[in-house]
Amino acid sequence: MKALDIKGLAKTYRGGVQALKGIDLSVEEGDFFALLGPNGAGKSTTIGIISSLVNKSEGSVEIFEHDLATDIVNAKSCIGLVPQEFNFNQFETLFQIVVNQAGYYGVPRTLAKERAEKYLKQLDLWDKRNAAGRELSGGMKRRLMIARALMHEPKMLILDEPTAGVDIEVRRSMWKFLKEINEQGITIILTTHYLEEAEMLCRNIAIIDKGKIVENTSMKALLATLNVETFVFDLASGASKVQIEGFETRASDDQTLEVDVPKTSGLNPVFEELSKQEIQVMSMRNKSNRLEELFVRLVEANQAKGEADE
Amino acid sequence: MSNRNLTALSTIWIKECTRFLRIWVQTLVPPAITMSLYFVIFGKMIGSRITLDGDFSYMEFIVPGLIMMAVITNSYSNVSSSFFSAKFQRNVEELLVAPVPTWVIIMGFVGGGVARAAIIGVIVTLVSMLFIDIEIAHFGVLIVTLLLTSVLFATAGLINGIYAKSFDDISIIPTFVLTPLTYLGGVFYSVSMLQAVFNEFWQSVIQLNPIFYMVNGFRYGFLGQADVNYVTALVILLASNVVLFAIAYRLLSKGTGIRA
Repeated sequence: MKALDIKGLAKTYRGGVQALKGIDLSVEEGDFFALLGPNGAGKSTTIGIISSLVNKSEGSVEIFEHDLATDIVNAKSCIGLVPQEFNFNQFETLFQIVVNQAGYYGVPRTLAKERAEKYLKQLDLWDKRNAAGRELSGGMKRRLMIARALMHEPKMLILDEPTAGVDIEVRRSMWKFLKEINEQGITIILTTHYLEEAEMLCRNIAIIDKGKIVENTSMKALLATLNVETFVFDLASGASKVQIEGFETRASDDQTLEVDVPKTSGLNPVFEELSKQEIQVMSMRNKSNRLEELFVRLVEANQAKGEADE
Repeated sequence: MSNRNLTALSTIWIKECTRFLRIWVQTLVPPAITMSLYFVIFGKMIGSRITLDGDFSYMEFIVPGLIMMAVITNSYSNVSSSFFSAKFQRNVEELLVAPVPTWVIIMGFVGGGVARAAIIGVIVTLVSMLFIDIEIAHFGVLIVTLLLTSVLFATAGLINGIYAKSFDDISIIPTFVLTPLTYLGGVFYSVSMLQAVFNEFWQSVIQLNPIFYMVNGFRYGFLGQADVNYVTALVILLASNVVLFAIAYRLLSKGTGIRA
């Protein structure tokens, strides 16, 4: 079953800004799906429309086969939203915030209190249950919004940059938690600017730019299209005079060499040539992660296409 | 009403009541102090020199009006500030993403305003009992008028909150519209007093003020006498409630002020 089925979705804001230009997108039940795009690409507008915070201009949205226009109660009940901005009452306690949210979905108060304990404990917030929202750290606030979104036990969780501004330790614990709930069957749609996060967690991906979907495929298939990877070599010295036949090289200084390595060549010829030239390699790393390289290329290609069309 | 909607409604109502009870020093104490001052200054000090047509004192005359004044301002400001604050902090989104029907949202917020108004009404009545012995002529009329008035002004406060874009916007209407209408709504004077100050034209203009009918309907419930027929007052109240509910429903359904 499709967890999300979007057809021809368009949004033009008052003032004429066209945020979405008729996108089609579908997400299968149980998927861990990444919706990526640069700032202002249309990700938050798409999520806003799916979660009823933004009125669409055209198109249709179905959530687990419930049309958002005609079967709104069932459609909304399937979604849990973790928005980008903190949007809970800063003066209420954590316990009140999550129990109230369950109430809005019709969860009886006794059951809501049981679930509040369950999810606040799972997200390491139980000790803070009587603290007001404004007293929490940034990481706690993000976790609170995840707990709140799970209170009505939705089939699909939408997370809009859930790890923004969160330290690596908390981010890792959040990744672990999200993986676990996905394994339990909850469909997850994630937007993030940390592309290693998307690469590690998500099975399928869509990239949106300027209101259009520029790529929609599986993570594996997308990564397989990466023909060239850039590696950074930290050398003892001599980077500026290195030339390797069949490879494009750039020296940022005498100790740092960037080499574009085609997937078909591998790294052995690079090491052989450096050894031949008696240049000592101190260390080596990817310039950026693979998904990031692809993302930048796709967005740049789309921008170039847009400029050519104009 | 389905169980889901009933749970959502009670949740919003409890949340609203918790909000104004949490800040009771700002919400419940000031009306008690203000009204005590009104009773002392207007009721005792100045009122003892005023004679009215009818067999009641000036103090007895102003008690229903002062209770109504407190009910009107508190039901209005409770909902306007609570709804605007929910917009400002964006936690209104918690309701918008959930399957809560528009009418449940309206009833929940308005219910919070009515609860605060009812508590204030009781507090002001208790304060007034320090100054006079209260005898209620028509308890049913009193309660119905009180309820319909607080629902009306809570709904008006909600509409103000929907349109408001800044904190200034939720103080403009109370300051420049609500306060003048309340003071000119017959809280402190009867129609016979108007004749000495205003000509017929201005007397009829003042009688267009809807608060005039609410105060007098409530006064009828208290004293058994008022400047207008209580049925007229109740009809005007009911009709105004229907109109304001329809406006609030339309605005929220369209997403005015809350959805892009």
